[in-house]
Amino acid sequence: MTRKIKVAVVGLGKMGLSHFSIVNAHPQVECVACDATGFLIDVLGKNVKNKLYKSYDKMLEEETLDAVVIATPSRHHATMVRAALDRGIHVFCEKPFCLDWREGDALAQLAEEKGLIGQVGYHYRYVGAFREMQRILETGALGTVHHVLAEAYGPVVLRPKRQTWRTQKAEGGGCLYDYAAHPLNLLNWVFGAPQVVSGSSLNSIFSTGTDDAVISSLKFPGGASAQLSVNWSDESHRKMSTKLSFIGTNGRMNVDRQECQIYLRKASDAFPDYKEGWSVRYTTDLTEDPWFYLRGEEYSAQIADFVEAVAAGETTARENGFRSAAMTDQTISMIVDDAGRPGSAAVTPAPAVVATKDSGGRGWRSLFGR
Amino acid sequence: MDRLLFGDNQFFGINHMSEEKARAQAMRFQSTDAIMAVLDAAYDAGIRTFMCTTHDRIAEIGNVVRANPGRYPDFIFYPCMPYAHKYANAVTDLGMMGAITNFMPEDGFLRTALSGGKALAGRDIEGIAKVLIDAEMKMFRGLNTPVIFMQNVFTDLLLGMGYTRALKVFHDHVKEKYGAEPAFITMNMPMLFEALTEEGIENPIICSNINKIGFRMSGGRDRYIETLKTGKLRAIAMSVYASGAIPPEEAIEWISELPNVQSIVFGASSRGNIVNTRDLVEKYMGLGTSQAAQ
Repeated sequence: MTRKIKVAVVGLGKMGLSHFSIVNAHPQVECVACDATGFLIDVLGKNVKNKLYKSYDKMLEEETLDAVVIATPSRHHATMVRAALDRGIHVFCEKPFCLDWREGDALAQLAEEKGLIGQVGYHYRYVGAFREMQRILETGALGTVHHVLAEAYGPVVLRPKRQTWRTQKAEGGGCLYDYAAHPLNLLNWVFGAPQVVSGSSLNSIFSTGTDDAVISSLKFPGGASAQLSVNWSDESHRKMSTKLSFIGTNGRMNVDRQECQIYLRKASDAFPDYKEGWSVRYTTDLTEDPWFYLRGEEYSAQIADFVEAVAAGETTARENGFRSAAMTDQTISMIVDDAGRPGSAAVTPAPAVVATKDSGGRGWRSLFGR
Repeated sequence: MDRLLFGDNQFFGINHMSEEKARAQAMRFQSTDAIMAVLDAAYDAGIRTFMCTTHDRIAEIGNVVRANPGRYPDFIFYPCMPYAHKYANAVTDLGMMGAITNFMPEDGFLRTALSGGKALAGRDIEGIAKVLIDAEMKMFRGLNTPVIFMQNVFTDLLLGMGYTRALKVFHDHVKEKYGAEPAFITMNMPMLFEALTEEGIENPIICSNINKIGFRMSGGRDRYIETLKTGKLRAIAMSVYASGAIPPEEAIEWISELPNVQSIVFGASSRGNIVNTRDLVEKYMGLGTSQAAQ
């Protein structure tokens, strides 16, 4: 048994309260919390045993922390993460990581130099079916993957509504940052950073300050292309539903939170547990029960990885490290750039990737006669 | 409590295995008539208790039952609250404070206090909780609701934070105002049982996953069995088939050997499946006179 660690949960909004509950229930953790909303701290202060703070700086000053879990609005992430790293504190930060991906990269650099764990809350990488997806792709059982349809739909903005930070693009709100970030992060996991992003549009349906739907085409090194279709104004889905559909030379694979369906033209020696034709694996079979369950195993599993890595004295994140989250921030910014320049494709900023084979937007342009 | 309770997940597109199946169910059960047809089949098979979320559509079921006392003389509702999506959406729309204010009565003291940003005392928070419970209960007016549940997302959020005082507030209000048995749904049964005991809640009704393969039994199947063997509680088992992973007869036989499991809650969409489960439960656990086959 490793030692008990002290973790602060910062920002008690929708995600933050859930993190507070999960972290606090972890047997290896002594938990404190911080939120700038006085009302919430007053209520909780009378009813929970934890030490609570209204000021992040004061908390950093007074507590000797091993780690922080940051779940404040996205525009605060960079400053708060840096303040923690500067004090030698490990960091778990909610997604999206930083609104400027260069800042995310710099924080990754800082964490690496200091030997601190920096992890970001892309919880889909902890869903059984998506882990299975990654395992299948790594064996090469699908052959060469040439196309992916990456989708996410759900009911968030269903009518014109009051403005909050989640509806402000400049604050990291909007469907692109909130929803599309997840399938993009999964694409980054599989293929790395895109070389070219084209045909992007950020559409407002009900929102005035930001986008409610995102469409984009991404081209990856090695030739695979992805079509992104995301919409958070879709109430035909009961809750957020993320789906990736891969087509490869040896078959097809459809993955969502519940299941991983795979069709193989030929069974693969490297992958004996899947037969020729259709096979299905369910998240329920692929998931181990956590010590504590709230809303889904993946939320507990990502915190468990973080807490255990910190307690064990590790120096890098086991999954969803700052670098990979910054890659997703960068992919997001390529889509923003592309959408702002109709008719042209956004190319990866140097020096991440070398030359690209084509403009990436040929089909799209010829279709519309541009 | 009856031995067999009927659940509502299948009516609202909730399926732990497949989004395709969930969508097919959502399509099939778009009309209240389609839901009533299945509830009728369950009722006629002797399964009279409907354990249901305080979803808007449940109000329509309540209306049908209320309007037909001759058809449903013994129909029992076990409300499960809150319907979390409603509150989550309100928080997204209005922020935490705005959402709470929004659910308070127009002219009440609490709305005025909240809108004015006045500091709230502990008893005010309890007042807010009670108003929210009463709002959820409105759709059941005039119906038989002898047991009232707190939903697992809410129970477990409070449990993890250690805000167990709120569980006691719910418990007391349900008893005092509705003369009903308070109950809790959880995905963390052993931990909840300990917390309720510490709050002085004796012999609680706890509904949780209990199944042979340990599916979604957080803290481990062994701890669940230990709690059932050593604790004083009235357990309701859900996910007994683990979403179809366990053959029905094997699943029910295993449950029947556990102490303190008073009821099983299950969902089904066809008369055949309803009757199969009823017959298996009758064979291994007995149904009692109230639920004997008709």
